[in-house]
Amino acid sequence: MPAIGLQCRKCGRQHDLGPFYVCAECLGPLEAVYADAGGNPETLRARIAGGPRTLWRYADLLPVAYDPAVDLGAGLTPLVPARNLGQALGLRHLYLKNDSCNPTWSFKDRVVEVGMAAARQFGFKVVACASTGNLANAVAAHGARASMPTCVFLPRGLERGKLLLSAVYGATIVEVEGTYDQVNRLCVEISEEHPWAFVNVNVRPYYSEGGKTLGYEVAEQLGWRLPDHVVVPMASGSLLLKIAKAFGELQRFGLVEDHAVRVHGAQAAGCAPIVTAFQEGTDVIRPVQPRTIAHSLAIGTPADGRDALEVIRSTGGRAEGVTDAEIVESMRLLAASEGIFTETAGGVTIGALRRLAASGRIDEDATVVAYITGMGLKTQEAVEETLPETVQIPSSLRAFEAHVLPRLDRFPAGTGNAARPVGAEPARGGG
Amino acid sequence: MPTVRIPTPLRQYTQGARTVSVAGSTVAEAIEDLEHQYPGIKARLLEGDGHLHAFVSVFVDGEDIRLAGGLATPVGAESEISVIPAMAGGDHVPIPFRPA
Repeated sequence: MPAIGLQCRKCGRQHDLGPFYVCAECLGPLEAVYADAGGNPETLRARIAGGPRTLWRYADLLPVAYDPAVDLGAGLTPLVPARNLGQALGLRHLYLKNDSCNPTWSFKDRVVEVGMAAARQFGFKVVACASTGNLANAVAAHGARASMPTCVFLPRGLERGKLLLSAVYGATIVEVEGTYDQVNRLCVEISEEHPWAFVNVNVRPYYSEGGKTLGYEVAEQLGWRLPDHVVVPMASGSLLLKIAKAFGELQRFGLVEDHAVRVHGAQAAGCAPIVTAFQEGTDVIRPVQPRTIAHSLAIGTPADGRDALEVIRSTGGRAEGVTDAEIVESMRLLAASEGIFTETAGGVTIGALRRLAASGRIDEDATVVAYITGMGLKTQEAVEETLPETVQIPSSLRAFEAHVLPRLDRFPAGTGNAARPVGAEPARGGG
Repeated sequence: MPTVRIPTPLRQYTQGARTVSVAGSTVAEAIEDLEHQYPGIKARLLEGDGHLHAFVSVFVDGEDIRLAGGLATPVGAESEISVIPAMAGGDHVPIPFRPA
């Protein structure tokens, strides 16, 4: 059921629905408000189960109605039991929410489908965004689908794959001198003078609600129960906030049993304003100049930082900062242990998960979900120089036996290589 | 004189003006002069204790004043001071208001 209004998160003032994102009174951020979705949980659960195999199965819990014009089939991505990685980390019930399986290979397709449905409802003709790459890809593709012109604003120096993807869908790509935070400021100024929908600026209260579907899906895929721990990457902090909001709603509506979920947040050490505040025990988030290979998380002034911090603290979670070296190692570990190639942001998530597991913060029998939000080919620069050379041979059996077979000796016959993640302890026993 | 870009929600104070020329050599002085021209607007920018509001960001020529000298950040005759709702990379750092 669509939202019925917007409410200021700071002063509580109610606003009508519209392309507004800040409170006219105090400039605080606006949040979508719904009519009570109470009623019979079985009925709601059946409506969801009978819905499409996309995020729109949760339309009852989203702020805008389904719009087929912007449906590329985002959502309902696999929740993968990760036995190999779990064994390496000492976790028996580890799951990966593989959101790289989205139409443009990141979770941003979720927020864009919801945000663009809102933009179209408000009559916008041009769709735009400030982006670190993934969002631009999603906006460009969905714009193509909806036959709407798109214009995406990026900080200069992003990975080639992310630029190429936006270009191929037909977006106008604007590379801006400066950091993401400066790009974002520019987009706010543009949105105030030109009637464009910036999905993460003037339709942000709708757009960001799409992130909730990452919470709903995990609960549904676990058989309508909540995990004990989740590990979520943080840029603005919005996704973590919305996943926690989703868990809260599911309990309130009776779709799952009440259950305490520890919500952990992951940032790159080179851009870790939320982690720093967590470690210092303050709720003051100091802006930073990002210096990390995890460009998709490089937001130095996180818009939802303080609210994310509050969720982490109140649920007993932790905020972990991960070095660039750990990011690369974690990307390779995930790929080699589970066959999932994630981008640098996923390396941050797995790096944080490794820290949490190593420090004993997560019980080995706990159900743990790590959110893999984007795909590795978009940031292949991060790992390509760390990978082994190819083996080059003439087309002879003798050369194969002389040069190739010895390299495979490190794997026991018939076990494949999945049990030997990079940097992991040797596999124990027969699993 | 420096100019201040006014965000849409605050244009109710400036009779719809998008930009306002102000006197002053720091952000703090510019805000004082803005208040002098358009009474009431300062309370939308600063807390009672003189800190910048939690949801307001101020940039001088594109640089976030939180990464510069806060409200004491100098402004020149050609400077553009942008006031932006802080969801554009918002935060909650209290910046002390140091009147000249």
